[in-house]
This record gives sequence, structure tokens and C-alpha cells, in this order.
Amino acid sequence: MSNKNNNSPEKKNRRDFITVATGALAAVGVGAAIWPIINQMNPDSSVKALASIEVDLSSIKEGQETVVLWRGKPVFIRRRTNEQILEAQKVDLKDLKDPEPDSKRVKKAEWLVLIGVCTHLGCVPTFGKGEYGGWFCPCHGSVYDVSGRIRKGPAPLNLEVPNYEFVSDTKIKIG
Amino acid sequence: MTEKNFNSDSEIIKPVHTSKVGGSPFKGVAGWIDNRLPILRIFKYEYLDFQVPKSLNYFWSLGGILMVCLIFLIITGVTLGMHYKPSSSEAFNSVEKIMRDVNFGWLIRYAHMNLASFFFIAVYLHIFRGLYYGSYKEPRQLMWLLGIIIFFMMMATAFLGYTLPWGQMSYWGATVITNLFSAIPVVGKFIVTWLWGDYAVGDSTLNRFYVLHWLIAFGIVGIVVFHVIALHIVGSNNPSGIEPVDTRDTVSFAPYTTSKDLFAMLVFLLIFVLFMMYIPNYLGHPDNYIPANPLVTPAHIVPEWYFLPYYAILRSIPNKLLGVIAMVSSIAMLGLLPWLDLSKVRSSVFRPIWKQFIFLFVLDFFLLMYLGKMPPEGVYVILSRIGLAYWFMFFLIITPLVSIMETPLQMPNSIHEYEDWKKKGKIKTLKIF
Ligand code: HEM
Ligand code: FES
Repeated sequence: MSNKNNNSPEKKNRRDFITVATGALAAVGVGAAIWPIINQMNPDSSVKALASIEVDLSSIKEGQETVVLWRGKPVFIRRRTNEQILEAQKVDLKDLKDPEPDSKRVKKAEWLVLIGVCTHLGCVPTFGKGEYGGWFCPCHGSVYDVSGRIRKGPAPLNLEVPNYEFVSDTKIKIG
Repeated sequence: MTEKNFNSDSEIIKPVHTSKVGGSPFKGVAGWIDNRLPILRIFKYEYLDFQVPKSLNYFWSLGGILMVCLIFLIITGVTLGMHYKPSSSEAFNSVEKIMRDVNFGWLIRYAHMNLASFFFIAVYLHIFRGLYYGSYKEPRQLMWLLGIIIFFMMMATAFLGYTLPWGQMSYWGATVITNLFSAIPVVGKFIVTWLWGDYAVGDSTLNRFYVLHWLIAFGIVGIVVFHVIALHIVGSNNPSGIEPVDTRDTVSFAPYTTSKDLFAMLVFLLIFVLFMMYIPNYLGHPDNYIPANPLVTPAHIVPEWYFLPYYAILRSIPNKLLGVIAMVSSIAMLGLLPWLDLSKVRSSVFRPIWKQFIFLFVLDFFLLMYLGKMPPEGVYVILSRIGLAYWFMFFLIITPLVSIMETPLQMPNSIHEYEDWKKKGKIKTLKIF
């Protein structure tokens, strides 16, 4: 601090400012250079464009299911029987890990539309196994009921309901 | 700012060394090259004259064996890459073509596939060696950490490689493992989509996994170089755990260690070749010869054998996030060992109590490996939890406690005295070593 010309307090502050400004600009520059390299790995617009499909329901009989591929994932479309609907509706929400009434998971009680991907680590559960009349995941043993709600096992959440709408009585549009 | 005044008379003039040509122990062309690029002298000092403890046993041949595995994996991998097509519509068929049409393609693929398994056999023995003889202790902590980094990278590479043939196990293995990231709160889902480049494992995923598969494999080579450089600074540990002092304790690397290592490598390769030629699919899964199908998960999805213990740990906990944390930290525990084991004595030869806990730990490893293959129900889940409990207790409680309480056996003062005691039967070790 002996040299008056270069190290006066005022000059120090100005230097600090320059250091901070340079640092900030460098950070922005590095960020701007890295972001494209990171973001290139995200789904591109051609993948996103495939986002919706239409499915004809007329050939699905009561108690049957069809599986379609949507965004690379299986979607279960199940036409439930009356007993199954009643069973799904009478479940006490207190018994559920991820409480959700059946009515919130369907548009028409007869039609259950689900993304067929286990919320644990992504396997495809099979229908008709497991003690709740719904799905059983072969990978680590998660059990879902006839509303696709998680009842047992490591999966934390209910099977996801995709965005869909009825375009006519026998046709739905997913996505 | 320094306060040095460059205009004053007190300026100190120092010579600089921008050119260091000279000093080679070689003559002629070799000397001329070595004076400009000192690789020959490094080779001479570090591999021919290098002194290693004379008490080394065959466990010390595993490092060289691992090196051979890595080199052969790269050679077979690069040749496979000349025929393999990393796209979801072509991958499976290109591997079948390698198996049926490409000249010696079957041999190259079976070699690559089984070498990956033998690589893990060797690395597990190598890690056991470090555990048993205390090679992770001062001054070798950094070598140990570099080793664990290599181990993690090996697991990543092997997982990515296993997805490439795009069979059912490839596809669903990739799905389950990438979904592990979805356990991370808030950002997990975005990370998974980012890894996939799609909304499910698919073509973009396969393409990038192919690139990462060999990129990380070459990354391993880089870290191995650090591992070896560090080794040549701190020197090899040995079964006695005592540092060598003079030439009574050591032998030179060539020809003593080189010939012993060569013999071990040949035995290892012989077993490998027999295995590859007679039971090449023994460690694989038949389901992987069925093309990937995103609509159906196979009834029993099981990872490769070398991942089974951690898989058992993952499944033993009925909570997704905790399961993932337990799995990752079970391996990361190894990295804490240098700071959890407070005993100054390295070798288990002189630690009668800790030795027994190590054997229990090895048993635990095999128990979990067995459980990872079994369905996650009933008694298997209970046993997995016991296995998991011992695993963490071993590192976090037993290791520090025993290292404080245990009284080590009487130790010799030097490696040559150790060898003497061994001859007189004062120290019991396995005879074959
Ligand atoms: C640390 C080194 C490596 C390990 C542990 C490793 C492991 C594996 C494994 C387990 C597979 C699956 C084998 C199967 O089931 O078919 C595989 C496949 C493959 N690897 Fe590697 N690999 C390594 C290095 C490399 C390198 C350096 C390349 C160079 C490009 C490469 C190229 C390939 C190719 C093209 C395949 C697909 C063909 C096939 O499935 O056989 N690998 N690798
Ligand atoms: S993926 Fe379904 S239980 Fe693990």
C-alpha cells in the first residue's frame, strides 16, 4: 500500500468492479456456450410433434383392453366391467398410498385410460395378476388396482392418466 | 499487487530452463529420442529397474491382468464398432449379422461380452486385495479413490454396452436404470427425459448410449494412467503391510515381477478362453436374444451378475428414493474406508479380529448377489435387509470400532524379517500365495 499512485482506495474499488464484471461476463459466456451442448440431448421438435394420436374404441369389448404406443410408451385402454367399476369406486381413500377417487381418474367410468408404465422404475405391469384385481409389475412387485392406483410395493404413485379427450362416443384422442 | 520494485538495483536475476535436453541413460538413436521425449527412461526407471517388495503374492498380478482386459476390450470393441449400427431399427440385426456373417464376428463379440465379465471378476479380486491388506491406508488413499472412480466408470460402461444389442434385457435394463434418476426430487423427471432424448427409451437413447459407451471406456484409460502414476509415487503395498527399506526387502520389477505376472495372466486368459469357447452365454440372459419390445416387460428382469448385490440392496427397501440412495451409497462407502479405518496396521495378517469381519463381508457380498437374482418376496426380502444391514454396519460401525479396540499381533520389523517368520511358521498365510 506504499505506492500512492496505483493503490489508492478509490482505485481498488474500481479494480474490484472490473474483476466482478469480467467474472460475471465470463460466467454468462460459458453458460451460453454450454447450454446448446446440454440442451441438444432433450427431445427435439420432431419428437414433440408426434405428441397426439387417435384411437378407435369400437372394437374393444367389455372386460377387454387394448394397448397402443404413445410417445414410445404403452397406453392401456381398458373397458371395465360393472363389477370392476364398483370395486374401484368403493375403495376407502384412507387405504391408498396416493389417494385419488376413481371418478377423478376417468372421463367415463367404463373407460380407463392409463400410461402403462410403472411409477417405480418404468416397467410395464401386466393385467390380472396381483391381489387387487388390477396390474402387477414383474420388475419389483408393485401392485395396482382396477383404477390403476398403487396398492403395494415400491412404486410411489398411481399409474399416470394421460391427457385425452373423447372426440366421439367411440374415439379418443390422446395427447 | 506485490511490492517488488523492478527498477531497483536489488533485482534478482535467475537462470531459466526452457530447454532440458540431456540426461538420458541411453546412447545412439534411443538416447537421441529419449533426450527429447523421455519415455524410454521413464520405462526403464519405472518398469525395468523399479523396486517392488519381494513379498508380493499373486493378488498383485491382478493390476496387470486388469490392464490386459482393458486393452482387449478396446480392441474387440473397436472392431465390433466397425459392424455395429446404433439405431433402434438396426441394432439387433447388426449384432445378429456380427454373430452369423461377419468373419470371426462371433469370436469378437463373445470375447467382448465375456471379457466384460472377467474384467469384473478381476476388479472384485483386486478390490478384495486392497481391503484385506489395507492398501487404502496412508499414503495410498488417492490411489484407492481413483480405483473407486474407475469402478464406477466400469459399471457405467458395462451398463451402456449391455443396452447396445437392443434385446429385451437391453431395453428393460436401460429403462429401469435410467429411471433410477427419477427418484431425485423435483428435477428427476426432467433428467430422465434429457437422458432419453425422448419420452421413453428409444432410438435417440441408443445412439447416445453407444457414444457414451466407448467414450467412458476411453475415459477409464485416462484414470488408469493416473492410478499407475500414483502407484509409482507411493509404491506397492505388500502382504506384510510393512514398507520396504532397503534392497533386502525388494526385487526389481523385471524379470521377477514381470515373469510372475505373465504366468498369472496366462492362467487367467486360459480360463477365460475355455469359458468363452464352451459356455459363452452362461453369464448372459436368453431374453436378450429377443428383439426389444416397448410393450412387454420380460417376467424376470435381472441385471448382469456383477450388479446383483447392489440390485438386491435397491429392492430390499420399499421406498423408491431411499432404495436408490442405499444402492449408490453402498458402493460409495468403499471410498470412506481410508478415513473409517483408524488402525495403523495395514495387513489383516496381523489383525485377527478385523480379518474375520472381512470374511463376513465377502460372504455378505455373495449372499446379496444370490438374493439379487431371486424374486423380491418373502424370505428373500428379509435376507436382503439383513445383508444390507451388515453391509453398512461393516463400514460405519465395525471398521472404526475394531480399528480402535483391536490389539494387533506382534509384527516383524521389516519385509525380510516377515519372510523369515513365514518360513519358520511364525506367521500363517495361505500356502499357494
Ligand atoms: C471398459 C471397457 C468396456 C466394457 C466393460 C464393455 C462392455 C460391453 C458389454 C457388457 C457389452 C454387451 C455385450 C453383449 O451382451 O452383446 C458391450 C457391447 C459393445 N461394445 Fe463394449 N465395452 C468396453 C469397451 C468398448 C469400446 C472401447 C468400444 C469401442 C467402440 C466398444 C464397443 C462395443 C460395441 C459396438 C458393442 C455392441 C455389440 C455387442 O453387443 O456385442 N466397447 N460392451
Ligand atoms: S418398475 Fe415396477 S416395481 Fe419396479
